[in-house]
Amino acid sequence: MSNERRLKRLRRTMMFLSAQRPGLIKDAYIYGADSLMIDLEDAVAENQKDSARFSLYNALKTVDYRGTEVIVRINALDTPHWQEDIRVVVAGGADGLRIAKCETKQDVFTIVEAIEKAEEEFGREPGSTLIMAALESPLAILNAYEICTACPERMIGVAISGGDYRKTMGTKYYPDGYEIFAGRANMLVAARAAGVQCFDTVFTNLDDEEGFRKEVQLIKEMGFDGKSLISPRQIAIVHEIFAPTEKEIRDAEKIVRAWRENEAKGVGVFTVDGKMIDIAFIPGAERVIEMAKASGIYEGDL
Amino acid sequence: MLLKQPAIAGTLESSDVQVTITPQDGGVKVEVDSTVKAQYGRHIEECVRETLGNLNIDNALVKVVDQGALECTIKARVECAAFRSAQVEDNYPWGGAIK
Repeated sequence: MSNERRLKRLRRTMMFLSAQRPGLIKDAYIYGADSLMIDLEDAVAENQKDSARFSLYNALKTVDYRGTEVIVRINALDTPHWQEDIRVVVAGGADGLRIAKCETKQDVFTIVEAIEKAEEEFGREPGSTLIMAALESPLAILNAYEICTACPERMIGVAISGGDYRKTMGTKYYPDGYEIFAGRANMLVAARAAGVQCFDTVFTNLDDEEGFRKEVQLIKEMGFDGKSLISPRQIAIVHEIFAPTEKEIRDAEKIVRAWRENEAKGVGVFTVDGKMIDIAFIPGAERVIEMAKASGIYEGDL
Repeated sequence: MLLKQPAIAGTLESSDVQVTITPQDGGVKVEVDSTVKAQYGRHIEECVRETLGNLNIDNALVKVVDQGALECTIKARVECAAFRSAQVEDNYPWGGAIK
């Protein structure tokens, strides 16, 4: 897969797993998340950071993840762990890494410099290790656009990290989401302006399915690409809510077909069911079809 | 690699393995305690010896308490215990002695 395609792949669900727990990471792909987020940071106790790296390295080298993307969350820049984390992620050949507590574009530069060194040390293709940034504070949100544009050839996108964000904003979780709305909205605008993806925070109360569904619906409507998850039980719900409706799929098909016919005739603007369509509508329509295919509900031939 | 002190890695959780390495002269000695010892005891010991061989460790007492771990987990725990014993904490030889 080219880097351009790798950067833009579908990421509705990114499931967190502790690198320390061998029982978890060996067959995690069977749950069907779009991406696995193997954690070296908060899910790993301070005195087990080394153990988690050995476990991660051996899993990356031996487990066949069957096309599921594997991203590793590394420890933050204010810890003594991140350099060795980057070495093991690159040596093991993970698809990418998630920068915890990223606050400035300088943070991205620092990480990328270490990745470049590791790619050279371990003989991996320069530029092959992708990155994403977790925004966990007001400063990070204000710098979101600079972070999103700091390294276009590697940057998948940004994710808001609710726990630390709420804490630094002096609030806590509320079911309506107003406490984190400014963070979500600002990050989303920055990500879209930069042309990168945007992911929502985890929902931690596994007993509150209704609250979870409400939150997934909200972020879908806002325009997020996906959500970080803490349990396999959450995957199917996100995929269901993100799946396009039958009408959305039919409309998208009509637009793509009409575009192809008109393009061949040299026509750039035309109407479908009375609505004006031009090239600006095509990526959205193609995205709906791609999403329908990923959701397993597409029966057409586009 | 020179072992300096006794070290332990891994847990007693299901699918995991706890490995204790103690520096000791007179070659490598491996003691396996496993829920699947009858079927896999020899296989586990071979995995431990091969991993130590890659790390150039010729003298050690290794105690293994296995809870049905995969080979890649056994290897990871042996490596972790060995580097802890040698008091090496960074710049690990990923892709070199750690195969």
